[in-house]
Amino acid sequence: METTIFYIISAIILVFSVLTVTTTKILRAAVYLLFTLVATAAFYFMMEYNFLAAVQLTVYAGGIVVLIIFSILLTHQINLDLKKINSIKKITSGLVSLFGFILIGNIIYTHTFKATSSVIADTSVNEIGRTLLNYGDGGYILPFEVISVLLLAAMIGAIIIAKKK
Amino acid sequence: MDFTYTIYIVLIPLFAFLVNGLLGHKIKDSISGVFATLALGVSAILSYFTAYNYFFKVGKVDGVYEKITAFNTTWINFTDKLHIDLGVLIDPISVMMLVVITTVSLLVHIYSLGYMKGDEGFTRFYAYLSLFTFSMLGLVVATNIFQMYMFWELVGLSSYLLIGYYYTKPSAVAASKKAFIVTRFADLGFLVGILFLSFTTGTFDFITLNENASILAQAAPLGFMGLSVLTWAVILIFIGGAGKSAMFPLHIWLPDAMEGPTPVSALIHAATMVVAGVYLVARLFPIFSAVDPIALEIVAIVGGVSSLFAAIIACTQIDIKRVLAFSTMSQIGYMMLALGVSGMGEEGTGFMASMFHLFTHAMFKALLFLGAGSIIHAVHSNNLTDMGNLRKYMPITHITFLIACLAIAGVPPFSGFFSKDEILVAAMNHNPIYFWIEWAVAGLTAFYMFRLYFGIFWANDKKHDHAHESPFSMTLPLVILAIAATFAGFVPFNELVTSDGGFLDIHIHWNIALPSIAIGLVGILVAYIFYKKESSLPSKMEKSVGSLYTYAYNKFYIDEVYMFVTKKIIFNKISTPIAWFDRNVIDASMDSIANITNYFSDKIKTIQSGQLQQYITAFIAAVLILVFIFNYLIS
Amino acid sequence: MIEGIEIQHIILVSSLMFFIGVYGFMTRKNLITMLMAIELMLNAVNINFVAFNKYLHPENMQGHFYSLFIIAIAAAEAAVAIAIIINLYRNLHSIDVEDVNNMKH
Repeated sequence: METTIFYIISAIILVFSVLTVTTTKILRAAVYLLFTLVATAAFYFMMEYNFLAAVQLTVYAGGIVVLIIFSILLTHQINLDLKKINSIKKITSGLVSLFGFILIGNIIYTHTFKATSSVIADTSVNEIGRTLLNYGDGGYILPFEVISVLLLAAMIGAIIIAKKK
Repeated sequence: MDFTYTIYIVLIPLFAFLVNGLLGHKIKDSISGVFATLALGVSAILSYFTAYNYFFKVGKVDGVYEKITAFNTTWINFTDKLHIDLGVLIDPISVMMLVVITTVSLLVHIYSLGYMKGDEGFTRFYAYLSLFTFSMLGLVVATNIFQMYMFWELVGLSSYLLIGYYYTKPSAVAASKKAFIVTRFADLGFLVGILFLSFTTGTFDFITLNENASILAQAAPLGFMGLSVLTWAVILIFIGGAGKSAMFPLHIWLPDAMEGPTPVSALIHAATMVVAGVYLVARLFPIFSAVDPIALEIVAIVGGVSSLFAAIIACTQIDIKRVLAFSTMSQIGYMMLALGVSGMGEEGTGFMASMFHLFTHAMFKALLFLGAGSIIHAVHSNNLTDMGNLRKYMPITHITFLIACLAIAGVPPFSGFFSKDEILVAAMNHNPIYFWIEWAVAGLTAFYMFRLYFGIFWANDKKHDHAHESPFSMTLPLVILAIAATFAGFVPFNELVTSDGGFLDIHIHWNIALPSIAIGLVGILVAYIFYKKESSLPSKMEKSVGSLYTYAYNKFYIDEVYMFVTKKIIFNKISTPIAWFDRNVIDASMDSIANITNYFSDKIKTIQSGQLQQYITAFIAAVLILVFIFNYLIS
Repeated sequence: MIEGIEIQHIILVSSLMFFIGVYGFMTRKNLITMLMAIELMLNAVNINFVAFNKYLHPENMQGHFYSLFIIAIAAAEAAVAIAIIINLYRNLHSIDVEDVNNMKH
């Protein structure tokens, strides 16, 4: 059962990824991206990282995709047909990507992955919150604070950059 | 007794310099002048206080004046023994110099209030004056030879700035450059001497050097031409001193330096900076007398030659400031000679006489220059031929100038007599030849000074439309200096300033004093006959000595010799080929490297197309290739 | 851990997704679509982190937290990138990457 679902989700991810980067309608590309992101969230659910999946849905699907669609609207390109790309560029890029994929795929198949432990960590939201704000061993308070500052900086930066002179 | 406050004597002029130098354009002229003068007044009062305390209260321990380090701070620490300090050294000669410098500088500051009035660069002038005073004070209180060297260069710099004060005048610019380059050249000798000295003795400190002079001299390794390294070190140091003190043959900058404003000539090129060379030798005197006697003999010979040489030239010049400049050179020659013939302790008459003459000379020579400034201020000319009959217009200047002339001519009881007499005694004790040279120079001195005096104040019945007595701010320093020049001879230098700080028993030797008074009077008499009234005697005299007069008038062509050596030989034969080589070989090879690089970078810069996607393709391809290499080819 | 699925499968899917993103980034000319390609790549990396965490080190949560931080950074990056795109559009009236070549030699 789970195997089947996994393959279906994988198929969705790959198909919509390809569509995202090949479609000629920009708004469609954004919607395909949304599907890909939602399918990724499904992966996280399957791996029992429910909180992460929720974050993926809210931030990525709910936030970033909406942001991208807004920017499409703001730059008056909602009906834009993207320009045709010349085939030399397509072939070069395709070859580079293919070469990369073969390289990485080969590495993946020749490498043996081994689990270090069979104990499974608690992934409840409660535990995640404690770990994030823990300043003892294994706590993430510092990156957490750094990220919060980064987000603030990005917000101010975005406002300043996009502000009308 | 704590002498720490002496540091303020040095620092107050620095403060005045900073205020006038940095804020000068915001301050009114009169305020900046008065401010600098008041600052120096405080400095002068502190100096007098120091002198009083040192000489009459606490300086003497067991009948000997001690050297006191009033203030000291380590600046650069090389090793435990060798370090460069900045500090204040109090001993008889430095206290004497403090008094001389602050007095003359204060009077020059007051004098300049009148003399420089209305000049465009008034605040700049006062800033430079303060800078000079600071540097000179720092020089005389130096605790070590390196500090002295730094301030030595600083006085050179401020002298350069002040000579070139009228920087729109090409001759002033040339003169300032000349002064700087010549003294700088001599200072090279000083620097090398310092390096030798510190390398041999392992210390910069004056007190250590002087107290262990004989031990160090014996321990010094043999150098070159049979003289020890230490002997060479002091000779090289003396070259620096000779450059600063305008000794033959490094004197060529001094006459030209008269391009500066006259108060500056009085302060720097008569009373203080030019005696720095004498002071330097005096400061290191124990070392000088401990090393091979040839070192002091060189000092004496250079001093003697300079004094005679300058005195002869002075008789022929018609620019009154140049006469005074050569006279300065001649008198400094006296001081050098006195040091050269002196010994330590009981035989230290020469040392004492030299310092004594330095003191009296500062007074009467500053007076002469300031008087000359007053005259130039009135007639707007430096030329003796434009003057005459001025006694009716400028009574105060006339009287004070006469006093100064009597003092320099060695007529008792004016100050010059006492100090010159001691020098002659010391010269006689050492070697009669020196005595006879200096005796002749004394006659020449009297002659050319009274030639100047009669030429300016008598000579003819010329009418001067604009000539008038100078303002109070200018005559006040003249009067003060005239009093000083009259009575400075009664200062008991044999008790206060001697080579070892002890008491020196001296009295007037009439068998030497009488001939010197006689020749002085003869000189005055000849000048009286020649120049009291316009007469044909001088030109007849000129004809009878013939070419000697021409040579002397042209300063013995020393300038031309220098020009020949530098221009014809060094510039043409050495510098030009080197410059050609530099331009066509060294520069050209460097240029071609640059051009080749430029060419290739021009070719390959088109790779930077600005197209983001080209960059990213190249980047990803490169990363993948690296992954490939590290994963499959290496490992 | 997904029943019956090896880690290699998941990583294969994610790396394929990553190279699709790379392809998109290299071919697309429109800056907004390039941004989408970047998001694809970031997602592929996230999946990797999570998969490694789950399959190889299930006893702790480092991969999970890394993904969390990457999502936060991606959000910040998208915000700044879109601000820049809007500004560019205002100045150049185009969001074609080939028109943005002021930084060439």
